Formats: sequence, structure tokens, C-alpha cells
Amino acid sequence: MPFIPHTPEDVSAMLDAIGVGGIDNLFDEIPAGLLNGSLPNVPEALNEMQVARLMTERAEADGRYLSFLGAGAYEHHIPAAVWQLATRGEFYTSYTPYQAEASQGTLQLVYEWQSMMASLTGMDVSNASLYDGATAFAEAVLMAVRANRNEAHRVLVPSSLHPHYRATLKTIVGQHGIAVVEIPFDTESGRIDRDALEAAAAEPFAALAIAQPNFFGVLEEPDALTDWAHGKNALVIGVSNPMALALVKPAGEWGSAGADLACGDAQPFGIPLSGGGPYLGYLCCKQALVRQMPGRIVGATTDLDGRPGYTLTLQAREQHIRRAKATSNICTNQGLMVTASAIHLSLLGLKGLESAAAASHAGCRKLLEKLIAIPGVEPVFASPFFHEAVIRLPVPVAGVLEKLLQQKMLGGLDIVPYYPELGHALLVCVTETKTSDNLDQFSDALANAIKESPC
Amino acid sequence: MLIFEHSQPGRSNASQQFHGGSASAIPAQLRRQSKPLLPEVSELDAVRHYTRLSQRNFCIDTHFYPLGSCTMKYNPRVSNALAMLPGFLDRHPLAPDSTGQGLLACLHQLQEMLADVTGMAEVSLTPMAGAQGEFAGIAMIRAYHRARGDTARTTIIVPDAAHGTNPATATMCGYTVVEIPTDSNGDVDLAALQAVCGPHVAGLMLTNPSTLGVFERRIGEIAEIVHKAGGLLYYDGANLNAILGRVKPADMGFDVIHLNLHKTFSTPHGGGGPGVGAVGASQRLAPFLPLPLAGEEQGSYRWLAEAQRPQSIGRLSAFMGNTGVLLRAYVYMRLLGKSGMRRVSEYATLNANYLMAELQKAGFELAYPARRASHEFVVTLKKLKEETGVSAMDVAKRLLDKGFHAPTAYFPLLVPECLLIEPTETESKQTLDAFVVAMKEILDEAHATPELVKGAPYSLPVRRLDDVKAAREPDLVWKKKG
Repeated sequence: MPFIPHTPEDVSAMLDAIGVGGIDNLFDEIPAGLLNGSLPNVPEALNEMQVARLMTERAEADGRYLSFLGAGAYEHHIPAAVWQLATRGEFYTSYTPYQAEASQGTLQLVYEWQSMMASLTGMDVSNASLYDGATAFAEAVLMAVRANRNEAHRVLVPSSLHPHYRATLKTIVGQHGIAVVEIPFDTESGRIDRDALEAAAAEPFAALAIAQPNFFGVLEEPDALTDWAHGKNALVIGVSNPMALALVKPAGEWGSAGADLACGDAQPFGIPLSGGGPYLGYLCCKQALVRQMPGRIVGATTDLDGRPGYTLTLQAREQHIRRAKATSNICTNQGLMVTASAIHLSLLGLKGLESAAAASHAGCRKLLEKLIAIPGVEPVFASPFFHEAVIRLPVPVAGVLEKLLQQKMLGGLDIVPYYPELGHALLVCVTETKTSDNLDQFSDALANAIKESPC
Repeated sequence: MLIFEHSQPGRSNASQQFHGGSASAIPAQLRRQSKPLLPEVSELDAVRHYTRLSQRNFCIDTHFYPLGSCTMKYNPRVSNALAMLPGFLDRHPLAPDSTGQGLLACLHQLQEMLADVTGMAEVSLTPMAGAQGEFAGIAMIRAYHRARGDTARTTIIVPDAAHGTNPATATMCGYTVVEIPTDSNGDVDLAALQAVCGPHVAGLMLTNPSTLGVFERRIGEIAEIVHKAGGLLYYDGANLNAILGRVKPADMGFDVIHLNLHKTFSTPHGGGGPGVGAVGASQRLAPFLPLPLAGEEQGSYRWLAEAQRPQSIGRLSAFMGNTGVLLRAYVYMRLLGKSGMRRVSEYATLNANYLMAELQKAGFELAYPARRASHEFVVTLKKLKEETGVSAMDVAKRLLDKGFHAPTAYFPLLVPECLLIEPTETESKQTLDAFVVAMKEILDEAHATPELVKGAPYSLPVRRLDDVKAAREPDLVWKKKG
């Protein structure tokens, strides 16, 4: 019996102690009509070796690719120590640290991670994680609407923010009757269209979201946008790939007062791509908003003997205390991903993180130079970018990507389904994992694929 | 000592640095000026620091963890090893479906197996924790009523024994919450339910077996009352371990459910996640399931999106939910197989009833002594508190000294000074016996030397922490002294 240690002697001694004749008797309170043990779609058990063979075959069948895909999930080098440590049983199989004295390892680690994330985003505080970047953004919007005394149930969200983040936002805040007003981007710069923004501000709004960088990889001018929104009594939510923040001004430092909230996905900090999850939502804010925070927060305190220690705190915001009046229903979050991320940031340190961000940025610039030298290929936006950029091909993107796939290359994301107005637009991403040879391989393959494509 | 206190200015880890970068093309006004707080340590410093931190945790791999409603069973190592195979780990979520057939095959079969054990028509794997599964389920109930033009339903009914996430979820979905009481036997008060039902009720959220550790015997009548009023039944699957392979929530009349794969299907709790709150739906609610879903046609798999499921409540994550956790649950289910599913509930229930009987013999008072335990049961220390001043919290803390993780304390809220105890099927009789010995010792200590119990724990890295100070003077991030 997999994972059940009972010997027949144990079972009979236990049944005797309970005073029943058999295990089935223990279910005698369940109405007989409900008993249904038929499981036609669950196969018979495999042993560990058989499951390992099956899973290895499936994992290998999926193959390996030279990838230039980004769009919210990024391939970075992960030090070997990160997951060797994170999968230690003491981290991997512990519970939520409600029993603080028995969870000081996890609690201190989360406190360290909160400290790193708050500092990276230029904010005062961080929570202990949310599910992913998209749900962190939705929670940030709900929080801004709760916190803003203007009581507007309306938020301004640029259409250049990740399409899946916007879709998730609609699923979640749509239940609350909060209107999401999408602000178009300027087709020359790829940045928020200021005229459209001004027009949308004719009615009060609770918050403006600014993605830095945005979905196109483009860097916005957040200082002016932040001051503008504050002038309209709105809060500002910065949505960032935190890897970019090693080089780019963080939300907490935008404009004269800084943005009010910062959120996004810390997947680039030691979390593997893993087919889409688990990733790591982060949410940081200014001190004044901390009691509106959703989710768990770890604080430092002292014990009976005055020694420093850590505990979950400000729990009066949370569902297990406040029930229907909680700031969110979130309970389980992404604890193990926080563990990996804190270890990752410690192993890289400031120098390592800056070098990874700078190498990614420089690699993307280099690739873009090569790609726009291909006849018919042009950059779509004339703005500075981080490590992603949109190019326009002279031929349909889907066919080109199919040809690259045959050469074991993932040539980026075809964004035509999301932004048909941009023409044959392809979003490419480069991280520090790509060598100069990789960039050459890609640009040569792309040039050939375009040449062979019918216009 | 914090990692930041190990920092030495100028120390770095050269093997984790990358060359050829420059940020000079980023305009100065967009560039970062401040220096973020990141450790300046060697690789050994970091490895030693986090190894030592790990040693300041209790975990399943080192301790018995009888946390009620959390199902802290053994997390097989092989689930982790196989979910971390490079082919799965390196897969980009937006890579074409044709390059992810192996992964999609696993996820599609996982959907099928979960639909089978719950009796539901279809399952979506995308919710990333139980609370998000609840959100999905209640949003689906809302979408269902709206699709029928029935917009008058504004209320969700929740029993007072429910998890806090239930009422919080209903609020997040824009509903008003009505709580109904539990009777003295731990069952839902049917008269109270009948009284609050009507055309304004969207649905009822129920855990069965309940958080009181007993099976709700009149579930058939409950379903009938709610359905007659036009409402739907939501099943909180937190306690599925108690009935796995034996009773299907669909047969009890539930229309939509969530499952905590990090409980019943043994994926790790990871110090607070990541989990999975997969949702299942009956035929009439299936069109509203969240996206994406893994679809299959003639042996080839693909992600289903808005185009295929126009009535869906939509996306709940940027990508596909917690895929890596799903793979771990898949491995676990294949290892157990058909007959292993049923054994889970058998031995979880055997362990709970044995532990309940032994603790009662040792002098502990049961909250529902006339009832069978499900996979868990409630002990109340109200009398002990009155007699000795020793509270449930004190007993919980003293257990830590004895080498056991504490049970869930002060939940469910309606039983005073309670401990909710769930041993799970993966613990042996010998472990349970040792736990009973420790509990008996604490009971004796409570009478003989109550101050000893009230001051616990003594053997952990810290003694009891000042929670009031933590909340009154929040210190949430580290700042360099001076």
C-alpha cells in the first residue's frame, strides 16, 4: 500500500481500541445510498520506477528549444543552490507558519524577502506574496479602490499592459462592479497615449496603472504620469518585471511623491518557466496603505526572553479572522517560491542582479540591430526598451514561427491575435542566457524563414 | 542573524555574474539611482545561512503534523523529482501546444481523474489555491444565474463552522453572506437553513465532512432545500481526504466544487504554498469553468481558450495556474491508482478514530463524543482551562517541546478552546501512540504545574512571541541601523 504504513496487526489492534469490527464500520454515518467506489477513469497503480519511466518519456517528448519567448515569463540562469536548498524537506514540507516558534526559518526568510522586494520597488512594505503577477495586479487594483477616499469604482489601465493580466483583472474585479477603462497606446512610441488618458480622466478614477516596462518591452515616462494621476486624486500602481528594476527607476521613486503600489511577478528571480507556474506574485506599497494589504505579512518582534523573532502580523485584515470583511480571500500563497526567490537574490547579490539585467538588455539591443538589418523587418516602436522589443515582419508571423520551430527555435510571440492593428508583429525577448552565437543563429534563421515565406 | 547582517561591502559571488551588459542606452531620467537592499555575501555565506534557517522549521519530513483541515500527509520525493525534469521545467507557457504534448497529456488525464473521484462532469486545474478555487466556483454560480437572466440572487449561505475563506470569497464575488448555525450534534441546523432560503439565495457553501470532523448526514435534505429555492451547492473540498474513493461530491448534490491538491493529493505545502484549488463542475455549470482547460482530440492535446469556451468566467492567472504543482499531484495519483484512492480515506479515517478513542481514554474531552470521526476530530479543553488556566494555545505550544507540531487551535470558532486533530493515513500506529503519550503528559503537567505549560515552548529557537508588539509597532522590512 503506497505510503500507508499499517501492518495487519496494527489494524486489528486499532479496530479493537475503537471497538468496531472493521474499517467499513467507521463509515456507518454516511447514508448508504451515497457510497460509490467506482472509478472508471483512474488507472491501476504504477510503482515508482514505472511512473518515472512514463514521466521521463513525456518530458523528453516535449524536446528542447532555443527560445526567444518572453511576454511575462522569462528564462534566466538559476544557480544550482537555489532549488537544492528550496527543496530541503524543512522548507518544502512545512506548513504556513501559524505556529511561529516552530517556523522561524520560513518566517525570517519571508521577512528578508519582503525587505528585498520593498527596497527593489522603492516602497516601504511588501506582503509575503500573492499567486502570480496577474492576480497581484488584480489585488493591487482592489486595494487602490478600497484605499482611495474618492470612492470612484473606476480604474485606468493601459492596453499596453500584458493582455493576460488585463483578462485576469476583468475576471476578478468584474465581480465587484469596478469599471476597467483601457487607455490606448501611441502607435509611434508604444507608450500610453496622453490625449486618451486626459479624456478618460473626465470622470473620477481610483487609480492609474503604469506598466514599466510594458508588454512591448517599452519603457514609459512614469514620472510625469505619476504626478498627473496624483493631481487627479488617483493612486498609482506600478506593474514591473522586478528584474528590470535593477536598472530602471522603481515605482516608489516615480514623480515627486512616488507611486503608491508596486506589483508584478518575481518569476525571473529563481523560478523556472515550468509551463506557466507556479510563479510568484509580489505586492508592495507605501506605509500609509499597509492595513489595506491583502494576504500574509511577516513582522519582526521579540519573544518572552527579549530575543528577536518573526511572526505573521496585522492578521486582522485576513480571512481567518475577519471572514466576510477581510481585505481578500487569499490564504495559501506561494511560500516555496518566496524561499527560492530569496535564496536566488542572495546568491546573485546586487552585482549579479545588475549584471543579469544589463546583459539581458544589451543582448536584446544587439539582437534588434541584427533583425532590423534583415530586408523588410522594422522596429515597431521608437522608444527605449528593457529586454523585449516588437518587430514587424514583411510576411505573416505564424508561418515564420512554424519554420523556426522546425529548427528547434521558439522565435518569440506572435502578438497579432492580441494587437491586430500592429500588422505582422512579433515580440522577441533576450536574457543573459543567450550567447552571441545564439543571436546569430536566430537572425540567420529568421532571415531565411522570411525569404521562404510567401508575401 | 539576517542575511543582510552577513553582508560585507564589496563582497560578491563572481560565478553568478554575467558579462557584456550595459545600461547606457537607457535614458538617464528612466534609470535607477538608488541602491536596492540586496545581500553582499559569498555563495557559501548564502548556502550556510539558508541551510541554518531551514533547521529552524518543523516540517512533515521531521515531525508529526496533525493539523486539522490541512491534511499534512507525506509528500513523496518522487513527485518532486519528476515534476522537475528538464523537459517540464524549461517549458515556456506560451510555446506552441505541439511542443507540450507530454505535459498536456499529464494535465488532461489529471482533469479526467479528478472528475472521476468527484463525480463532476469537468474539471479546470487553473486556480492556484483553495481560496482561488472558491472564487472560481462562486463566480461560476453567479455567471450561471446571470446567463438565465436571474439577477435577483444576492446572497450566499455559509455555515458558522466554515473556513474563513468561504465568507471572504462570497464577499469578493459581490455577494452578501448569511451564516447559519450548527446544531448540538455538529450538523447544519435545517430549520435555520429553510428559514434563510428563498429567491434571493444564489447558493450554499458547504464542507462535508465538516470542519467539526463529522459527516453531514442530512446532506440530501440540504441539497433539496437549496435546489428547491433555485440556489446551487458549492463543495469546499478541504476535507475530501475523508471520503476519497468512497463518496463523490456530485452524488451528494453538489453543483460545483474545489479540491485542494496540496491536501488530498499530497503536493507540498512549501511553508505556505504554492497550492492548487482545482474546480469541478456539473454539466450545467461546466461551460463557465475558468480558462485555460486542457483539451483532447484524437490523441492530440491543446489548451482551450475563450474561442472554445465563450461562457467561461475567464482567466484567473497570467498563464496556466500552478502547472508544476499539478504534475506532482499527477504523479501521486498514478502511484496510488484506483485502489489507492479508496485506501486513503480508509486509513485516514482509521487513524482519526483510533487517535480520538485513545485521547478520550487518556482523559481528553471530545466535542462530539457521540459521533464517528471523519479523517479528523475536535477536542475541547474548556474544562481544562477552567480547572487549571491552561488553554488550547498553551497545550499546542507545549506539544512543540515534545517534538510534535501542534494541531489546529481555535478553529472551528464555535467550539471553545478547541484542537482540531487530523493525523492523515501516512502516519503509523506507533507515531499516534507516541502522540497520545505526549498529550497525556501535558494533561498531567497542566494539573500539577500549570505554569510550566503556560510558559511553553522552551526548546525551540524562540519562546512565545509578542504578537501585540508585532501588530502595534509593525516592523515589516529590515533597515540598516544608524
